[in-house]
Amino acid sequence: MKQSDNKTIRRSDDKTNYEPKIVAFLCNWCSYAGADLAGVSRFQYPPNIRVIRVPCSGRINPLYIIKALQSGVDGVLVSGCHPGDCHYISGNLFARRKFALMKKFLDYLGIEPERVQFSWVSAAEGARFAEIIKKVTNDIKKLGPLTYFRKDFEKTGKVL
Amino acid sequence: MRQIEYEIINTVEKLFADKKIDIFIGYKKGTLSLQTSPYFLSEQDDVRKLVWNSFCSNNLAVFIPRIIPNSKSKESKPVGILCKGCDSRSLVGLIKEKQINRDNLFIIGISCPGIVDRRKILSRLDGKEIIGIDEDADSIVVKLKDGEKRFEKEEYLCESCLNCAHPTPSIYDVLIRGAVYSLQAITPDPITKDFSSKPREERWKIFETEVSKCIRCYACRDACPNCYCKECFAEQTKPQWLGVSKGLSEVIFYHIVRILHQAGRCVDCGACVRACPMDINLRLFTRVMVDEVKERFGYEPGISLKDTPPLATFSADDKQEFMTEPE
Repeated sequence: MKQSDNKTIRRSDDKTNYEPKIVAFLCNWCSYAGADLAGVSRFQYPPNIRVIRVPCSGRINPLYIIKALQSGVDGVLVSGCHPGDCHYISGNLFARRKFALMKKFLDYLGIEPERVQFSWVSAAEGARFAEIIKKVTNDIKKLGPLTYFRKDFEKTGKVL
Repeated sequence: MRQIEYEIINTVEKLFADKKIDIFIGYKKGTLSLQTSPYFLSEQDDVRKLVWNSFCSNNLAVFIPRIIPNSKSKESKPVGILCKGCDSRSLVGLIKEKQINRDNLFIIGISCPGIVDRRKILSRLDGKEIIGIDEDADSIVVKLKDGEKRFEKEEYLCESCLNCAHPTPSIYDVLIRGAVYSLQAITPDPITKDFSSKPREERWKIFETEVSKCIRCYACRDACPNCYCKECFAEQTKPQWLGVSKGLSEVIFYHIVRILHQAGRCVDCGACVRACPMDINLRLFTRVMVDEVKERFGYEPGISLKDTPPLATFSADDKQEFMTEPE
């Protein structure tokens, strides 16, 4: 525990130095390629995201999002193909329904809606990808660290 | 009430005599007062033990996916089951999700006057011992050692029954008509409306306080007909999503995911609330999904066998106002 304390100093209570950790679930066929394009085109965006490549936004189980929040990230972004462009025809359209309900439910419980965000980014939209990451990072920076149901917070009683 | 009970007994007796069913699921007198137990009876058992009263709170549909294999052979007879409005809505869900074949069921529907919340009555008795219970159309008389107490049913109904839109079963083979507790059902439900008008921090505080009572007994899951997964995410070990402690973080995680699994399927029967030994007000959180699904997708679970469950379909022009757009 001690060792990791040193490693995670950046997650201090000090809001000015605070850098959020964000998990981004990106669809292999569009958003992941969009992120790649943002990279090769040298669009700058904040380095706060950790990308997890998934085959489709429809592959995302709400469980993964909650698990990520519980395991110590401050926000989650799920990004897929624009409606109509899904590699699997309709995966993102099923996903949209799931996301709508999930977003409503988390908001209802009192979790800030900015913590969990969804977006559509195609493989050709490198600039849009960079813009979205900027927005998500800013939103979560404003909110500060997620403290209220993280596992490590429960053990130590303080934000690492 | 007695009249309806006789009618149920006669119907079941006749079904057995005509060899239409070989097992029937109903209620019998519980070991504790103010409660009933599920009763599985075959031809040899005593039909006269079946009861029908205001404490028939279990959702009997819960047994269907667990005890009856979907691939029942053609020779075996259907299973008879007693269904209130909510039980039949659960069955519709199970049929749609291919957990049971409609032909394998013989449903005795019963229009439901509402279930009385045993805890509401117990809270008025100051822990005194109950000797007997009498019930008539509008009230319940609890006999105590030092006299008796009368309770008007209408004031002691379960929360979910107070806002029940369909007390009469949506599917049945035989319908036994009785008094129905009639009240205009309201969507969104007043409790969720009231809750969502509170500030964010307060909402989370209430949620946290409610679920912090949880002892992870999974009674809410086991009482729910929709929770028929062979292996629940809560007990999965590869990967292990959830630890085994009853720490707050785990409990919050369990309840959020359980309720999300019910989205678009929950029929608001209130079985989870009544099953909870710790008195968690689960309905405050499950009901919001029922209302949201109705508002967003115009879908009410358990009403019709024809329409597709909302999360098993989509429309090209579903609303997407929640999606993030760059600034």
